[in-house]
Amino acid sequence: EEEEEMEVEMEGWHQLYPGHIPTSPLQKALLAAGSAVMALYDPYRHDMVAVLGETTGCLALPNLRDKMKNHPEGYRILRERPRICLSTLDMTRLQGLPDGSLGREYVRFLEDNKVSPDTRMPPKFVDDEELAYVIQRYREVHDLMHTLLGMPTNMLGEVVVKWFEAIQTGLPMCVLGAAFGPVRLSTRKLQVLATELVPWAIRSGLNASCVLNVYYEQRWEQSVESLREELGIFPPP
Amino acid sequence: CRCRALLSRPAGALRARRGLAAGPEMHFGFQTVTEEERREKIYQVFENVAKKYDVMNDSMTLGIHRVWKDILVHKMNPCPGTLLLDVAGGTGDIAFRFINYVRSVRKRQLQRKLKHHQNLSWQEIFESYQKDEFNSLGDSQVVVCDINREMLKVGKEKAQHLGYSEGLSWVLGNAEELPFDDDKFDVYTIAFGIRNVTRIDLALQEAYRVLKPGGRFLCLEFSHVSNPLLSRLYDLYSFQVIPVLGEVIAGDWRSYQYLVESIRQFPPQEELKAMIEDAGFFKVDYENLNFGIVAIHSGFKL
Repeated sequence: EEEEEMEVEMEGWHQLYPGHIPTSPLQKALLAAGSAVMALYDPYRHDMVAVLGETTGCLALPNLRDKMKNHPEGYRILRERPRICLSTLDMTRLQGLPDGSLGREYVRFLEDNKVSPDTRMPPKFVDDEELAYVIQRYREVHDLMHTLLGMPTNMLGEVVVKWFEAIQTGLPMCVLGAAFGPVRLSTRKLQVLATELVPWAIRSGLNASCVLNVYYEQRWEQSVESLREELGIFPPP
Repeated sequence: CRCRALLSRPAGALRARRGLAAGPEMHFGFQTVTEEERREKIYQVFENVAKKYDVMNDSMTLGIHRVWKDILVHKMNPCPGTLLLDVAGGTGDIAFRFINYVRSVRKRQLQRKLKHHQNLSWQEIFESYQKDEFNSLGDSQVVVCDINREMLKVGKEKAQHLGYSEGLSWVLGNAEELPFDDDKFDVYTIAFGIRNVTRIDLALQEAYRVLKPGGRFLCLEFSHVSNPLLSRLYDLYSFQVIPVLGEVIAGDWRSYQYLVESIRQFPPQEELKAMIEDAGFFKVDYENLNFGIVAIHSGFKL
């Protein structure tokens, strides 16, 4: 069953999905450069990190989409387009799950770090409707990455997750984040990062199967440990 | 090439270009909307951009907008005692320049006065100086009027931050229906604001109404570049770079897309001149700045 393309013609614009802003190659290049600079200058501009991901993902996103298409669970995700946000999650049910289960640990992670799944930016500059969903899925699954890797949302934890994601997805934005993120860390943290965390993240990233091919919404009851084993993520140090 | 689509102008919008009540349909950038929708959308644009307005102006024009505004006030050449109405004055750029200008003119006036009073005693000079010091603006006043609460808020904060207090008033009002009496002001300015007015003809009529006989109308606005090569470079810069700047600096692509589109939709120099004459102004003239990227239109109520 083919996806219906939502083409909203706005006076010469070709909007492929709500929120889509079509851009010329020059504009994408300028956006990529501008957002990279702004993201480094003002780390609180999460929207700039999102824009950087969208404008540089033209090679990695189709790759990711194909990996999903060729995997039974990933294929189902692409077809059913599940979303992880407060309106689709049953928080009370997840909280009631036993300790160590994916659902319980995910909710614990959200509470401990005071984050919400609703703060993810919707894509604007991806010129393909399916790829826009892929990047949206990647963003929404990011918090689950934190849970699976056992990393908090401080600078150190984010960098480790970025290393893992860089290996897994190949998104230039993750690579840049992984490379430049440590710039703002203290030497002590850098040491821990370099000697223990990054090598572990790289090994796990290389060993693990594609994390976007997991239908997390159907695995809340599964224990975090067993999911790690299934994916091939080594236990965190 | 997608940028061709972004540069082409759809036929429907040309009809509503003059900003007159051409049926219920109007333009909002390159979209076609009703009059009421247009007012709504424009209000929202400025609500969104208010905090980053000045930063964006500097980035988009590489600081040149400051020179344009300086030229406007120099052209005005106000003397102390002038009552200025700055419409769509939002963040106060024209108002502050006006105050600075009048202050320096006043200072020179006082210095000249002192020079002529060589036969006064020190006591008398000191007293006259004290008296005049309290009147550093020479009774000049500027009323900043804007339809958008957020822009006025930013303007007031800026005034406080920069130390402007006397001679300055802030009024919430619509250029199409000003909350002032007839024949009140010496000068009326509207800088980069008339483009956003939905009924330009009404705004011009209101300008005429509130000016005193002998009063001057001054409008600083983006206009049309006739030089073909420059026009293409300007278009390229406007459509390719400015929305990107909007996204990166203000996190708002669409407002700046609207901005560059609205510039293309605005009447060119001669057409605006005709509209100003229609409102009753005499000796209407315009001066191009930077080859027509910006133009200052001037007219007098006689």
